[in-house]
Amino acid sequence: MESALQVKPLSPFFHDFIVERDKEWCINCEVCIRQCSYGVHFWDKAEEFVIHDSSKCVGCHRCAAMCPTKCLTIRTNPMEFRPNAYWTGADIKNLYKQSDTGGVLLSGMGTPLQKRIYWDHLLLDASQVTNPSIDPLREPMETRTFLGAKPDQLEFEETPDGPRLKTEIKPQLTLEFPIMFGAMSFGAINLNLHTAMAKASAETGVMWNTGEGGLHASLYEYGPHTITQVASGRFGVHRDYLNAGAAVEIKVGQGAKPGIGGHLPGEKIDVEVSRTRMVPEGSDAISPAPHHDIYSIEDLLQLIYALKEATEYRMPVSVKIAAVHNAPAIASGVVRAGADLVCLDGFRGGTGAAPTMIRDNVGIPLELALAAVDQRLRDEGIRNHASLIASGGIRNSADVVKAIALGADAVYIGTAALIAVGCTMCGRCYTGKCPWGIATNQASLKKRQNPDQAAARMANLVRAWGHEIQEMLGGMGLNAIESLRGNRDKLRGVNLGQSELDILGVKHAGR
Amino acid sequence: MAKGKNICIDASGVYYKELNEQVRRAVEAGAVSIELTNVRGQRYIAGALDGDLDFLVRGVPGQDLGAFMRGPTIQVLGNCQDGVGNTMDDGRIVIHGMAGDVLGYAMRGGKILVQADVGYRVGIHMKAYEDKNPVIVVGGKAGDFLGEYMAGGAVILLGMNTVMFDAPITGRSLGTGMHGGVIYIRGQVPEHQLGPGLSAQPVDQADLIFLREHIEDFSREFDEDADEILSQDFVKIAPFSHRPYGNMYVGTN
Repeated sequence: MESALQVKPLSPFFHDFIVERDKEWCINCEVCIRQCSYGVHFWDKAEEFVIHDSSKCVGCHRCAAMCPTKCLTIRTNPMEFRPNAYWTGADIKNLYKQSDTGGVLLSGMGTPLQKRIYWDHLLLDASQVTNPSIDPLREPMETRTFLGAKPDQLEFEETPDGPRLKTEIKPQLTLEFPIMFGAMSFGAINLNLHTAMAKASAETGVMWNTGEGGLHASLYEYGPHTITQVASGRFGVHRDYLNAGAAVEIKVGQGAKPGIGGHLPGEKIDVEVSRTRMVPEGSDAISPAPHHDIYSIEDLLQLIYALKEATEYRMPVSVKIAAVHNAPAIASGVVRAGADLVCLDGFRGGTGAAPTMIRDNVGIPLELALAAVDQRLRDEGIRNHASLIASGGIRNSADVVKAIALGADAVYIGTAALIAVGCTMCGRCYTGKCPWGIATNQASLKKRQNPDQAAARMANLVRAWGHEIQEMLGGMGLNAIESLRGNRDKLRGVNLGQSELDILGVKHAGR
Repeated sequence: MAKGKNICIDASGVYYKELNEQVRRAVEAGAVSIELTNVRGQRYIAGALDGDLDFLVRGVPGQDLGAFMRGPTIQVLGNCQDGVGNTMDDGRIVIHGMAGDVLGYAMRGGKILVQADVGYRVGIHMKAYEDKNPVIVVGGKAGDFLGEYMAGGAVILLGMNTVMFDAPITGRSLGTGMHGGVIYIRGQVPEHQLGPGLSAQPVDQADLIFLREHIEDFSREFDEDADEILSQDFVKIAPFSHRPYGNMYVGTN
């Protein structure tokens, strides 16, 4: 790397947030000083009270949330640039940062930009008069979901005990709800969060995904609820790891940063992360953009079957791809290469760190990609060969229901699960200083997440969504999630053009 | 199925799934020494196997020989295809011939000895970890991107037993993105073949002790003269940083 030329920085003049302290209520207890990991609050020795430096604030709201007298308010900095519909304040500040440092803009979490949210242009149906709606509180409502390759046909044979299934069914994952915790690696988030996802999955009968940083030894007992991930860096990937889970996922791409790999900065690699990833402490853990043994669908087939061999065909193999322009053709190839699950990760997907320009500009919306992939696999007669997992920005149970109606078998949630334990999406995960104790491995910060409490919160979320899904299903007169899968007649579009409706395979509302 | 400690399986015309299944069942039944004859491209041989097993492979094993394995020793009397020792945890692979691309991808332990040439991206993303320090010794020449993203371990390239007479000892982008480990080259490597920021440095006494250990091992396997191999100068390529991209970014949200 060429080193940056030294300049007097401009960017600190234009900070994003203002900390307001109500002096009448502040008791100088210093809680804010201890809670803030960015050094915003500090003790003024001369004046003997707590003061702050707003320019360091990232807007995580930890101090305001923890302040015992609620004397703190965090606001967006009202100092506005001259109004300009084209050059936004964010654009201007980014330019300052780059001319200050020569650096590549780096962001955490999914893109915050205003782009069309197709979920919000899709509305669900409900029964009226005929095919009456069903009340899930008093009637059976099936949300159980099986993920894995389904046979083209079933063969039975007669036995003295009645008919018996002759067809051998390939390994399946069983979910009580069509919701899984998506891949977030150990290292990017800490062990308390991995423990929480594992426990919440076991508690609610769903699955969680390890992400690419291996599986901590203490979590092997949750193997039946675990999907282990294999990415290009192959961190922590070994025979016991592969055999510990209920499925293996090959990460090819990620919705937040399609086409590029990952760098876990050395600061986040402490002794436990090092042991689990099997890399030295303090060195960067670099995931190359591609798997260098995969340059073709045939090569992907080779890795899929390497993993099937390593796990003796006992578990399904998933392939995660980012939603990009040719997603349908890619997904078709992935299924033909032998994947039992395909995860499609959309443009809104989260991340611990991604180059901002890539996060904000590369990839396509999940909704369109999902509909197009489901249709393509149906057209080719191979939809049953793999289950489809929708991922990337699933915000609530209605998004889940819409995703399933568009063709998904289940969804992954990542950002939503982190918000459920306190994340406020300040987007600074890459600093390793997460004040909410999530995207950090610092002992003093990560202890802010109690794994049992976090597990309970995540389990509550899954159950709440599960119940809402049942209510929506019942309202549509359906008593099983199976009946919703790919049932686009249950969706109508609003304010969408004909191309969008065609791709989504839904009619406009009113039709 | 064999009950004894030593078994021989004729792989002629046996599909890889069936062959590997036979091997696994043999290991479960107590086999510790397994000879595979007439191997012609069967994939994943000895994949993910654990422990003290000895394989003798006669023929040309297919892709991903010894992938994910932890412990076994494999002698191959023939050439190998791509992906030898993919993500290998521990063990030893000795190839009496040439090998293809991405040999030793992400291997974190054990040793691979290749008598002659290897393909592209060999030793990519090798890692060292705690007491594990993987080593690859190549008797011939290597293709492009040798040791790319290397994070640990050692690659020793001898450039002797080659059919690529006119090629330089390694292809371009040698060690590009490496942030750990070391690559030793016998003789000289053209500067323009190195990845950005890297340079070939002279070896020191500690390097020579390390080289002697592994070159003697190589020589025993392939009936070479270690002293003669070591009589030529070596250079080493090591990373300039464990954090090669540490200062590349500026944070925003």
